[in-house]
Amino acid sequence: MTTKQHSGDGSTASTEVHVAPEILRILESPAFTELRARRGRYSAILTTLMLLIYYGFILAIAFAPQWLAIRIDGVITLGIPLGLGVILSAIVLTGIYVRRANGEFDALTVKAVRSAQG
Amino acid sequence: MNPMNRMILKTLTATALLAPLASFAAALEGQAEKQPLNLTAILMFVAFVALTLGITYWASRRTQSRADFYTAGGGITGFQNGLAIAGDYMSAASFLGISALVFGSGFDGLIYSIGFLVGWPVIMFLIAERLRNLGKFTFADVASYRLDQTSIRILAAAGTLTTVAFYLIAQMVGAGQLIKLLFGLDYNIAVVLVGVLMIVYVTFGGMLATTWVQIIKAMLLLGGASFMAFMVMRHVGFSVEALFEQAIAVHKDGQAIMAPGKLVKDPVSAISLGLALMFGTAGLPHILMRFFTVKNAAEARKSVFYATGFIGYFYILTFIIGFGAIVLVGTDTFYLDDKGLRGGTNMAAIHLAHAVGGDVFLGFISAVAFATILAVVAGLTLSGATAVSHDLYAHVLRKGKVNDKDEIRVSKFATIGLGILAIVLGVVFEKQNVAFMVGLAFAIAASANFPILLLSIVWRGLTTRGALLGGGLGLVSAVTLTVLGPAVWVKVLGHATPIFPYDAPALFSMTLAFLGCWFGSVTDRSARAKIESARYIEQLVRAETGYGATGASNH
Repeated sequence: MTTKQHSGDGSTASTEVHVAPEILRILESPAFTELRARRGRYSAILTTLMLLIYYGFILAIAFAPQWLAIRIDGVITLGIPLGLGVILSAIVLTGIYVRRANGEFDALTVKAVRSAQG
Repeated sequence: MNPMNRMILKTLTATALLAPLASFAAALEGQAEKQPLNLTAILMFVAFVALTLGITYWASRRTQSRADFYTAGGGITGFQNGLAIAGDYMSAASFLGISALVFGSGFDGLIYSIGFLVGWPVIMFLIAERLRNLGKFTFADVASYRLDQTSIRILAAAGTLTTVAFYLIAQMVGAGQLIKLLFGLDYNIAVVLVGVLMIVYVTFGGMLATTWVQIIKAMLLLGGASFMAFMVMRHVGFSVEALFEQAIAVHKDGQAIMAPGKLVKDPVSAISLGLALMFGTAGLPHILMRFFTVKNAAEARKSVFYATGFIGYFYILTFIIGFGAIVLVGTDTFYLDDKGLRGGTNMAAIHLAHAVGGDVFLGFISAVAFATILAVVAGLTLSGATAVSHDLYAHVLRKGKVNDKDEIRVSKFATIGLGILAIVLGVVFEKQNVAFMVGLAFAIAASANFPILLLSIVWRGLTTRGALLGGGLGLVSAVTLTVLGPAVWVKVLGHATPIFPYDAPALFSMTLAFLGCWFGSVTDRSARAKIESARYIEQLVRAETGYGATGASNH
C-alpha cells in the first residue's frame, strides 16, 4: 500500500492537509481530466437512461395499466415485451459500460497514473 | 375449469395480492404444513452439505490473514464473483415467491422481479469501481476514508447490522418453514441446522468458503430453473404464444394475467418501493463486501455485468416457471387440496419440479432451495461479523492498532454470536409475520448506507457531521415509518388503520437522509470539516484511478 494511513481523528491535525506530490501530478495530468470528463458523462447518461426506463415502466403501471394491456400479437400484451425489455436493458447497459470502461477508460487511467512518476 | 378449481385459484390470487408489496418473503409467510419425510431430497441435500464442507476444509487451509478471511485474499475473478453475487442475491424466497406471484397473478410477478434487477446498473455506474478502489473489507472503509473513523464506522456498523439482522430473520424463518415443507423436518431442527452449517462455513472457511458455496448454489439454482423452463417450453411446443394461451385458458383471471393487476396500488407506493429496491441493492452490506474479493476495478465491473446477466436471466426463468405452473400444476388435482396448492402458495415452483421431472427432480429442487438459503445466510453473517470485528473492534475500540490474529478471532466469535442470535430469532419469530422484514432491510440499506456511501465518494462537501445527521435520520425514519405503516402497525400489531399509509418508506426516508447529509455538511464550520474537504483530492484521485488501492494479497 502506498497511501498513508489517516489518523482519522481530525481534531489533532492542523487545517493544513498535505497532499503527496504524485497525487497532485495525477490530478493535474490531462489524462486524468479527460478520464473524469468522459467517464463522468458516460455514467451519468447511462444512469439517467436506466432511471428513465425503469420509472417510465413503473409510472405506466401506476397511471396507464390499460395501455400495457393492449394486445399486440394474439394474447401477448404490450406489457410483456416492455417488461422483458427492462430486464434486457439492465443487462445491455451494464455490458456496454464494462466494454468501454475496461478498454478506453482503463487505458486513460494507466496514462494518468503514469504521470505520478513525474 | 370446474368451480372447485376456480375457487382455489381465486383464494390463491387473493393471497398473492395481499402479500405486502415490499416483501418478497411474502410467499413464505404463515405456517407451512409439515410434509412426510422426503428421502430423495434429504440424500441430495446431504451430498451438497458434504461437498460444501469439503470446500470449507480446503478453504480453511488457505485462510490465514484478515484479507483471506474477509475477502478471500482478493483473488476471486470477475466471472466467479459475478456468479457468487448472483448466489448471494437470488434467495429461495425470490425463487419460490416470484414464481408463486406469477402463478397467482401473472404479469405482476414480472413487475416485482424487475425491481430487484434495476439496482445493478446503478451499482455499476455509481459505486462498484470506486468502492473497490477506496475500500478494503467493508463499505465503512470507504465512507470513513476522509471522515471521522470512530463515529462514521459506528454509524456504518449500525446500518450494516440492522440491515443484516432483518434480512437474516426473514431468511431464517423462511428457511424453517420451507424445510419443514420440503423435507418434513421439524421447524426448530431446520433452523438450528441452517444456523450451525452457516457458522461452520464462515468460521472455518471465511470468504473463500462462502464464495464457493454461493457459486455452487448459483449454478445449481440456474441449472435447475433452466431445466424447468425448458420442460415448460417443450410442453407448449416451444411457442411463447401457446404458453400464454394455455395459461389464460385455465387461469380464473383469464386475459387479465397478461397486464398489471393490483400489485401496484398507488403511484407513491410504486415509486417508493422502486427507490428502495433500486438503491437498497447498492447499500446491502453483504453485496458491497463482495466487491473487495476481486483484484481491481476492472474485475469489479465484470462482476456486476455477469451478476446482472445471471440475475436477469433467472428472473426471466421464474416468469416462464410461474406460467408453466399455471398450465401444469394449477390444473392437476394431484397438486391441489381444498385450500389451494398442496403445502401453500409458495409451492408452485416445487410442484412444477415434480410435474416436469418426477420425484428425483423434486428432490433436487428441494435440496437446491435449502442450499440457496445457506448461501444467502452465510454471506449475510460474514458481512455482519466483519462490521463487528473490522469496524467496531479493530477501528473503533482499538483505533486500528490490532494484529490479524486478534481481529480474525473477534470475527469468528462474532460469526458464532450472530449465528446463535439468528437461530434464536428464527425460533422466536416462527409464528410471526416476517414478510415486511426484507422490505425493511432494503429500505434501511437505501436510506442509511447508500446515501453516506454515495455522497462520501462524489461530494467533496460531505462532512462527518452531515453524514451522521443524514445516515442517522435515514436509519431511524426507515425503521419508524415501517413500524407505523400497514405492514407492521396493522398486520403485526393489529391496529385498525396505519399511522403512515405506505408500505414502502424509502421515498421519505431517503429524502430525509440526503437532506440531512446536505444540511449537516453545509452548516458545518468546524476545522475538522475543512480538513475533510481538503482530503477529498487524494480520495478523488484514488477513487478514479485506483492509485494506491489495495491489491490482491500475495501468499
